[in-house]
Amino acid sequence: MRRIALTVNGVRREAEVEPRLLLVYFLRENLGLTGTNVGCDTSSCGACTVMMDGQSVKACTVLAVQADGSEVTTVEGLASNGQLHPLQEAFRKNHGLQCGFCTPGMIMAGVGLIESGAGMSEEEVRLGLEGNLCRCTGYQNIVKAIQEAAGEMRQAAPAAQPAAVQGGSE
Amino acid sequence: MTDVVEREAKRWVGGGLVRKEDPKLITGQGRYTDDIALPGMLWLAFARSPVAHATIASIETSAAKEMPGVVAVYTGEEIASEWAAAMPCAWPVTSRTYPGEPTEDARVPDHWPVARDRVRYMGEIVAVVVADSREHATDAAEAVDVDYDDLPVVNDIEEALAEGAHVIHEQFGTNEMYTWDLRNGDVDRVFAEAPVVVKERYFHPRLIANAIEPRSVVVQPVPAQGEFTVWSATQIPHFLRVFFTLILGIPETKVRVIAPEVGGGFGSKLEVYAEEFTAVALARKLGQPIKWTESRSEGYLSTVQGRGVIQDMEVAATEEGKLLGVRVKLQADMGAYASLVGPGIPILGAFHYHGVYDCEAYSFSCTSVYTNRTPTDAYRGAGRPEATYATERIMDALARRVGKDPAEVRAMNFIPPFDQPRVTAGTLEYDSGNYRAALDKAKELVGYDALRREQQANDGRRDGKLLGVGISSYMEVCGWAPSQVLGTLHYAGGGWERASVRCNPTGKVTVISGTSPHGQGHDTTFAQIVADALGVTPDDVEVLHGDTSVATWGLDSYGSRSLSVGGVTIQKAAERVREKARVLAAHELEVAEDDLEWTDGKFQVKGAPDRAKTVPELAFSSWAAHSLPEGVDPILEGSAAFDPPNWTFPSGTHICVVEVDPETGSTRIKQYVAVDDCGTIINPLIVDGQVMGGVAQGIAEALYEEALYDENGTLLTGNMSTYRIPSAAELPGYTLDKTVTPSSTNPMGVKGIGETGTIAAPPAVMNAVADALRFVGVEFIDKPASAEKVWRVVQEAQGQAPPERAPEGGGTGAASMTPEEEGGVA
Repeated sequence: MRRIALTVNGVRREAEVEPRLLLVYFLRENLGLTGTNVGCDTSSCGACTVMMDGQSVKACTVLAVQADGSEVTTVEGLASNGQLHPLQEAFRKNHGLQCGFCTPGMIMAGVGLIESGAGMSEEEVRLGLEGNLCRCTGYQNIVKAIQEAAGEMRQAAPAAQPAAVQGGSE
Repeated sequence: MTDVVEREAKRWVGGGLVRKEDPKLITGQGRYTDDIALPGMLWLAFARSPVAHATIASIETSAAKEMPGVVAVYTGEEIASEWAAAMPCAWPVTSRTYPGEPTEDARVPDHWPVARDRVRYMGEIVAVVVADSREHATDAAEAVDVDYDDLPVVNDIEEALAEGAHVIHEQFGTNEMYTWDLRNGDVDRVFAEAPVVVKERYFHPRLIANAIEPRSVVVQPVPAQGEFTVWSATQIPHFLRVFFTLILGIPETKVRVIAPEVGGGFGSKLEVYAEEFTAVALARKLGQPIKWTESRSEGYLSTVQGRGVIQDMEVAATEEGKLLGVRVKLQADMGAYASLVGPGIPILGAFHYHGVYDCEAYSFSCTSVYTNRTPTDAYRGAGRPEATYATERIMDALARRVGKDPAEVRAMNFIPPFDQPRVTAGTLEYDSGNYRAALDKAKELVGYDALRREQQANDGRRDGKLLGVGISSYMEVCGWAPSQVLGTLHYAGGGWERASVRCNPTGKVTVISGTSPHGQGHDTTFAQIVADALGVTPDDVEVLHGDTSVATWGLDSYGSRSLSVGGVTIQKAAERVREKARVLAAHELEVAEDDLEWTDGKFQVKGAPDRAKTVPELAFSSWAAHSLPEGVDPILEGSAAFDPPNWTFPSGTHICVVEVDPETGSTRIKQYVAVDDCGTIINPLIVDGQVMGGVAQGIAEALYEEALYDENGTLLTGNMSTYRIPSAAELPGYTLDKTVTPSSTNPMGVKGIGETGTIAAPPAVMNAVADALRFVGVEFIDKPASAEKVWRVVQEAQGQAPPERAPEGGGTGAASMTPEEEGGVA
């Protein structure tokens, strides 16, 4: 067992964990943060995407011990002061979800993409979402939601550097 | 009951209301089955067969029992006394298993939740472990030691039917489960005399549904009472409860089944599974809560798969391309056992291989066989995508044969517009349709004539790529009902729905729905219907579903039935509430009922708009019950049941435009236009969402997806990285439009929309790919049009012999694709 300490959704958490415990199960089963879902066992689907130290990561490819000392935000920690995050609002407004199971991961991946400063053309958003799978929506409304929220977020925080990362292209 | 003309204000129906269910789902507050943790809960893990066909020589579980945290380990023999019966097949097609005793000719083998002496597909359960954590259970399952004596593996349909084939279920003496025929008209004469006969063979690979939520089940027993609460990621909580009684011998009154948030189904959760029965059996045996959640790779082996069909499709026509007859022969792969409704899936398409075109003579025949594969069952569209694929691909072949444009051949063959039931060659009674309108609209939206001119001018080239245009003018039969007809098809269940609408004292409305969603937005759509019926807002309406102790009666969600059967039932229940409200309003306003009119969502006295009663006002007074009319009960509520007289028949035209790179074989979708007709639309936002999601799955079926096995029956595409479902990077944007031809089947005029995209898209995409490839001399290509397959057929057409596929292969085209190669961003 290893002792870890990390900040999850602004709250400091400490725990003894098995070295093989994945971050996603630590969040779900140790902390009861069941918003982050598990959709596969090959790091393919992205349903478990969370923000870790400012970057979106698949919580099924991170061991809990690797998250020691880091700051993690899950979908439960995205709204602030009772206000939904602009991307949460945009998903709802644009019908960017159906069954909702991929949605927390999709929203966190979208937040990561927007905050990375990636370009927000349709093609760039589609490439940027390549690691997140949705079986219900056909993606069009997800792409729209991310583009719309990016506009709002970047207007609110114009410091973001839009050219820093060109989404997805090698 | 009244001659007053109701002025029906449709304030909510038809509007694109954002969904009521979204706030919890976008904040992580939706509760799926795997989110449930109970005090003292134990975990299950399953030891599964790594081979496709073998006798179990021995099973050694003592090492597993010694592992940390292990509570118990059971083999098939050790758990056998838990089962009152083997797992069900509710639709054996040519025979009957329920209700009552099975007919003698049912070739339905016993399928036990845990195999006893033989395994018949890779992934079949051979032992179950109960432990104190997920990890301990999984570790111990790996320590179960089984000796298998291999048997010959029956790999596919043709092997199963071949002379001297190894028989998987010896008692039947054959691998054939059934052959079912349908004939209408003098088919042989029509084909013998027709100047044009076109024949093609199509193969539908097995597909894996990949609902993003894996299957999961949690059981809470109350041992002293013999009671069980079962949460399951299922589409069919009501059926599951019935089968807990039939398979486990637990009275229905002692089992409560809850389908909480369900993360997609697509038919894969329209099943009652070994893991569900085992979880309840062990909760009963051990008296403790039990949980199991499948891993994705485990699901690839153990969750039912879809399709797996060979079609020999023939049409007879005139020289001009006028359709005269359709003759189709199917062979369908059932897998190792007869699943819940799997044997009936090919029959769902049996009646409409002539699609939106009528003809004089029609015959359909299907032979279903057992193979050493995971059982097959419904996958979005279920039987109808197969039918539509054959119809729409052969219409293109017919057009080529008679030298006409595919749009022209379709237009000349369409059944003319109709708004009342019309009997067709396949013996169905189509409810209504206007097929030409959808084709014309789709052609205009896509710029069809300009595309054809561009092809002609440039010999099919555009920027070094091959330009292809594919049309699919589809119809489908959905809205699973009517009960009497289902009975004649030997389907065990009915097709009705039941619903209640209750006005609470302060005017908020509770709706009890027998259908439950797994992403389709029932809460919102049904609230819109009730809000209009009762003069309240959708925010005032809560829809309850998916819990057998709340919604006692229901037949669940599949076959695009939730709105056209379930929603119509809710509308009827709401109308009963309103009729009672009218009686109460007349009493309270001291006028005759005929003096009232329903206007702006309330009952008002004709000519005296200030004298009115709203439904919420009447809800409170009927609850207080201080002054009720003679013979009227307290409480404002109503229930209804509805068994529709017919199915519904949505239709439309999809047009796909592709660019195919002849050098790499990669296909990019440049435009995708879908014009659909689902009759009356309640919520356009949700309807469009259903279309786009369905089309995405259809494109995936056409270009990427295929479950591949080796000759030993080992699944090669055994996880999500080798069976690659497309991401946003591979899929295009969609252009959507509608035509509206109300259904004659139900008073709301609604038709199903949940499966149309998956039905329409595969032939649209494949016709487009084939259209592009004709410019380099390719005669035929079947799905999936992976980059590798396209490259190979292009090489062959150009007289180059492509190298043999690497034997370890295993990849679908999708496995090796990168967004740069295959990206479909238009």
